[in-house]
Amino acid sequence: MGEQLVETNDLSKTFGAITAVDRVSLSVWRGEVYGFLGPNGAGKTTTLRMLAGLVAPTAGSARVHGDQPGSPQALARTGVLIEAPRFYPYLSGRDNLRVVARYAGVPDRRVDAALGTVELAGRGGDRYAGYSLGMKQRLGVAAALLKDPELLILDEPTNGLDPAGMRDMRALIRDLGERGHTVLLSSHLLGEVQQLCDRVGVISGGRLLAESTVDELLGQAGLLVRAEPPARARECLERLVGAANVAEVDGTFRLRTGPEQAGRVSRALADAEVTLTELRPLERTLEEVFLEMTGTEGSGR
Amino acid sequence: MTGSFNAEILKLGKRPATWVLLGVMLALTQLFGYLLPYSSWLTSDQNFQTQGLDPQAVLAGTLPGELVPTSLGGFPVFAGALALILGALAAGSEYGWGTMQTALTQRPTRLALYGGKLAALAASTLAIVGITFALNATVAGVIATVESRALDYPSAAELARGLGSGWLILGMWCGLGALLGFAFRGVALPVGLGVVWVLAVESLVSAVADSLLTSLRPLRDLLPGVNAGSLVWSLAPGGGASGEAPPGVVDAVSGGRATLALVVYVAAFAAAGALLIRRRDVT
Repeated sequence: MGEQLVETNDLSKTFGAITAVDRVSLSVWRGEVYGFLGPNGAGKTTTLRMLAGLVAPTAGSARVHGDQPGSPQALARTGVLIEAPRFYPYLSGRDNLRVVARYAGVPDRRVDAALGTVELAGRGGDRYAGYSLGMKQRLGVAAALLKDPELLILDEPTNGLDPAGMRDMRALIRDLGERGHTVLLSSHLLGEVQQLCDRVGVISGGRLLAESTVDELLGQAGLLVRAEPPARARECLERLVGAANVAEVDGTFRLRTGPEQAGRVSRALADAEVTLTELRPLERTLEEVFLEMTGTEGSGR
Repeated sequence: MTGSFNAEILKLGKRPATWVLLGVMLALTQLFGYLLPYSSWLTSDQNFQTQGLDPQAVLAGTLPGELVPTSLGGFPVFAGALALILGALAAGSEYGWGTMQTALTQRPTRLALYGGKLAALAASTLAIVGITFALNATVAGVIATVESRALDYPSAAELARGLGSGWLILGMWCGLGALLGFAFRGVALPVGLGVVWVLAVESLVSAVADSLLTSLRPLRDLLPGVNAGSLVWSLAPGGGASGEAPPGVVDAVSGGRATLALVVYVAAFAAAGALLIRRRDVT
């Protein structure tokens, strides 16, 4: 699968009595766009803060580019935008990037290129305090890109943007992924993650509930069956896949089994003299999967 | 640390508050060091003879020969308070604006970033002291020329000692401001507490130790402001030629001891700040 750029093992963080992150083990591989999905307060930002070296873990460990999070070696190859962008209000956008460039040890000449990438070149001389939310967010991404990093950690980058701004930001992230950057993107917007990400980690209540590709996550859906008479159909299906894996919803049966079982189901129903009127893979949305996974989990982190 | 230093210098140089503080400091120095005394000299017939003050001594305080004590006269109190505000702004704003996170997610280690900030503040306070001396030297030269007095400036060694003492005093107060900014992760409380300390608490403790409770004197002699005032006193005992020491300039401890105490304070403030920034989460 290539090189692991981010790896955590049982990473945990508690604030007093509150466990914000609970034994999270995730991995992000070079070249992928990884979606870190979870409801508000799930522990996403705290996890990303630990990966950026801003917050020390209470337990567990993390490696970024094989180094300690927050080490100069790790940060030199990582661009970070966590929560809202934070800049000096009295400086222009360009001067803010010059400050960031000096901290990062990169030449000032990269500043204008970064401003151009996020389409702020024409407004670089304006004071940051006068920027719109979308411009601030784009400046944050520009700051993250200054180092031309291999890894980008972006925490809810479309937060607060209008639809056009969200579209542009997603296009930018997609472009970064296509240009070989590895992106670790946190979001609670399911459509965004489904559109952008190769793999997904689902976090809720501070715990990582699942980590897989989006297709794998959606592929756990099953089969939808409509057949007559329903009673005989149910009896047949329960015999075939087990009663626990059959649910009747609105006159249809939802089977918790792989789509490859469709032929077997069809034959079994025919043998039982049940008329099959509909048989198709049950396509759940990421939202359904997500709500199913996180529905019983608490939040508040 | 060079990158952090350069970033901090850029921020401080472009920050309006830095220039406002410098302007206020220069204005107050001019007002109390030159404008009011010289005005009094010009109107001495109505003022000083009735109060028993020697007008010639008042004029002498505005001439080049008294450049060092006149420039440093306000350092233990108002210039110190302004330096404290500068330190608190430079450190505390990083938390108020959340920019500490932006800085720490670039490249420098926490200590490198902190070292860069302290170095930039040290450079700024040195520049402030230098500008104050330069402006005062110019004004004193103009007064001497107008009054047909000799342009008798202090020797290079005296000037260096004055600049160094001023830098140490402002650096100490600025360091305390930065420490408070890091400790309280904001600006308002550090500025409020710091200014109350510089302008009120030290004076009250000194007054109590001098009159009501003399057993407090050993404690008083440890206070940063008292040591700053003692260092200035040591450069111009009795207030110099003007014969009247400004507020906060006191004869409490020797110049050597005051210098040592201020150096220890600077080191202690820097070490405490480093401990805070190294250990705490940035959320």
